[in-house]
Amino acid sequence: MEVMNTDIAIVGAGGAGLRAAIAVAEADPKINVLLISKVYPMRSHTCAAEGGAAGVIKENDSLDYHFHDTVGGGDWLTDQDAVELFINEIPKELTQMEHWGCPWSREETGHVAVRPFGGMKIMRTWFAADKTGFHMLHTLFQTTLKYPSIKRVDEHYATDLIVDDGVVQGVVCLEMRTGELKLVKAKSVIIASGGAGKIFPFTTNGAIKTGDGMAMAYRAGAALKDMEFVQYHPTGLPGSGILLTEGCRGEGGWLLNKDGYRYLQDYDLGEPTPEPVLKTMELGPRDRLSQAFWHEQQKGRTVQSKWGDVIHLDMRHLGEKKIDERLPLVRDLSRSYVGTDPVTDLVPVRPVVHYMMGGIHTDIAAATTIGGLFSAGECACVSINGANRLGSNSLGELLVFGAIAGRNAVEHIRSFKPASDSLIEKQGADAESRIKGLFKGKGTERVADLRNKLTQSMEDGCGIYRSEDLIKSTCDVVSEVRDRFKNIALEDKSAVFNTDLTQVLELGAMIEVSQTVAVSAIERKESRGAHQRLDYETRDDEKYLKHSMAYYNHNGDPRIDYLDVVITKSQPAARVYGAAAGGQKI
Amino acid sequence: METRNITLEVLRYRPEEDDKPFFQTYENIPCDPDWVVLDALNYVKDEMDRSLSFRWSCHMFVCGSCGMVVDGEPKLSCKAFLKDYGDKIRVEPLANFPIERDLVVVIDDFVEKLESVKPYLIPKEEKTVDQGEYLQTPTQLKTFKQYSMCINCLLCYSICPQYGLADEFVGPAALALAHRYNADSRDVGRKAREDVVASHDGIWECSFVGACSQVCPKDVDPAGAIQQTKITSAIDYVTSFIPGVKS
Repeated sequence: MEVMNTDIAIVGAGGAGLRAAIAVAEADPKINVLLISKVYPMRSHTCAAEGGAAGVIKENDSLDYHFHDTVGGGDWLTDQDAVELFINEIPKELTQMEHWGCPWSREETGHVAVRPFGGMKIMRTWFAADKTGFHMLHTLFQTTLKYPSIKRVDEHYATDLIVDDGVVQGVVCLEMRTGELKLVKAKSVIIASGGAGKIFPFTTNGAIKTGDGMAMAYRAGAALKDMEFVQYHPTGLPGSGILLTEGCRGEGGWLLNKDGYRYLQDYDLGEPTPEPVLKTMELGPRDRLSQAFWHEQQKGRTVQSKWGDVIHLDMRHLGEKKIDERLPLVRDLSRSYVGTDPVTDLVPVRPVVHYMMGGIHTDIAAATTIGGLFSAGECACVSINGANRLGSNSLGELLVFGAIAGRNAVEHIRSFKPASDSLIEKQGADAESRIKGLFKGKGTERVADLRNKLTQSMEDGCGIYRSEDLIKSTCDVVSEVRDRFKNIALEDKSAVFNTDLTQVLELGAMIEVSQTVAVSAIERKESRGAHQRLDYETRDDEKYLKHSMAYYNHNGDPRIDYLDVVITKSQPAARVYGAAAGGQKI
Repeated sequence: METRNITLEVLRYRPEEDDKPFFQTYENIPCDPDWVVLDALNYVKDEMDRSLSFRWSCHMFVCGSCGMVVDGEPKLSCKAFLKDYGDKIRVEPLANFPIERDLVVVIDDFVEKLESVKPYLIPKEEKTVDQGEYLQTPTQLKTFKQYSMCINCLLCYSICPQYGLADEFVGPAALALAHRYNADSRDVGRKAREDVVASHDGIWECSFVGACSQVCPKDVDPAGAIQQTKITSAIDYVTSFIPGVKS
């Protein structure tokens, strides 16, 4: 097996990984960085983020407001020290992005413009039309090209972490072009591999979002935290699951049921007004809006369409000029995929799996419990999102904690002691034999069958509303799939760009991640944020003001433990939306 | 659900076993009429032939992975709607790139060219974060915004006759990206980019067929960017002979 040496290996070259790489290069240009990604950096799913990134910059805003919006929006499951660090750092990070060329939308004065977003009391979301993630990703990727110390191996699929005595020593990865495995020896490793929305059948997430990095860290002994919290975005296109940004509602779009009624007024989200009011109605938080859809569906007030139940997103009153200026991608996607033009038509939408609040447990230094292993972005859980992430906090998160991970990875290498070569190579050989075993195997289970069974059961049992019996049957299906996966068929035995192989490896990761979601969900007997139980309808701070921590168990269900939430200045209280929330009028 | 059966003729090439590329026909693919070509390929991959290889991810025209030649025209396969095609559709890898396998092409040459044009902001003076943002009016933003929309899908390289003839040509997307930074009011890097952009293999190689702009799924208009760069470079060249004038 080819051996490569680097100082810091970064798995994933999306927003968090690229930001981490730049942080390393700026800290010390003599430190070598290797970005390992299963796709070219510009294909990373950061590109699909549309709406924007929240950061306090305007005079009518305050860091305290952003703090309280985020903590309350997360139903008090956020770690408040992490939130405080985040809201302090994010305006600087967004300004840094501006200095690197990010084409933020502007006010006439030349200052950066902000737009309203759900769950935020004041307009504070920086945006680049409705392609914010795309512009951030390309800006970051292009900026990495300035630094000779940043090297990449594109289209390399990371399979295993090398860990000795609780300290990471490197990564094994598969070069997709040749089918060869490589052993990357590194003094620090950062996992920035994104989320796992593909464990659900209906998701905004791209094909690549299969939870590989989460599963890799989990198998190596890191805890996956708060995995039961899965965000449904309220407005996906039916059929494809394509995201229509919250910016649609930020700019003033309405949600209508089959009677043309702005139904959110029936769900403690305030009174409808013609002009948007922050933290009210359509600008409530995502969990509450997706839950309201479910209730409308129960009441038979959703719209029947050829794609099943939908509601209508009405943007007609915004006018063509505003839609073209602020929401051009939304217009393109709506016309192409559902044949409706938001300028003249109602656009059918429904909730769709969008984001994992949970992920690899890290502290506020982005450090995991494995020495030298750091994590940032959607694959990590630090946790600033708690039980429900506010829209436009994730792009900020990947910058802030990507940079922190990079800087702390640099610190770690100064005290790093390598394990013996033979020990590292032994683990590399183990990883290799696991992959090679797939080529020799005579398995009969088909990837598509297991994937369909897995994802459908996740939707059935771990959807917007959950209950003991629903989750239990999902747990059973996941266990069954996990068992059957041992007999998976690798039908394509070739070496070059073998996507049958990568899909098998991805399915393996999806199964592990799914199991942590389902088991964490059945154990959390309360309703909080995005985790709503029909059999435990209220939040139970006495028992569950805690992070769930899932630990890998080779032979069965993960072991679930709990970790106290960090509370500094905001005691748990009721979440308030509508007039009492005091949101800014726009 | 209503289905429509279609046939895909897909160019296959597996370097370990095939001497040369050949067309493989997949018949009776049961499709939802709303599907795109990518969905039909995924059906084949899942249900008919695990060995068929292609790149894709976002399925929403923004990651740029799934560029292919569909019925002779370079397209994002996630934006090639079945309703716009007949019942038999021919799918080939992007032209002008070596085939790595099946519909996957080797894009190393493009990635090197992208890197060669210094596609990052080169400011007049470095500001610290504490000094706040560079001011830029919406009008100044508009000057370059269109050229910042490129998703690197490479449809333009597939259609470009000049790149097909001479792969030294820097090509549409990379030149458009250079122009994106040159035209940014915050940037002063035009001179630093000129040795690549205004070289023999840069803008002057473009014969202005304009096909790149026609196939671009993001309306980037690389041909327009190249023309604008030609004009500024020509002015630079002329003014370099005028004593006392610094361009």
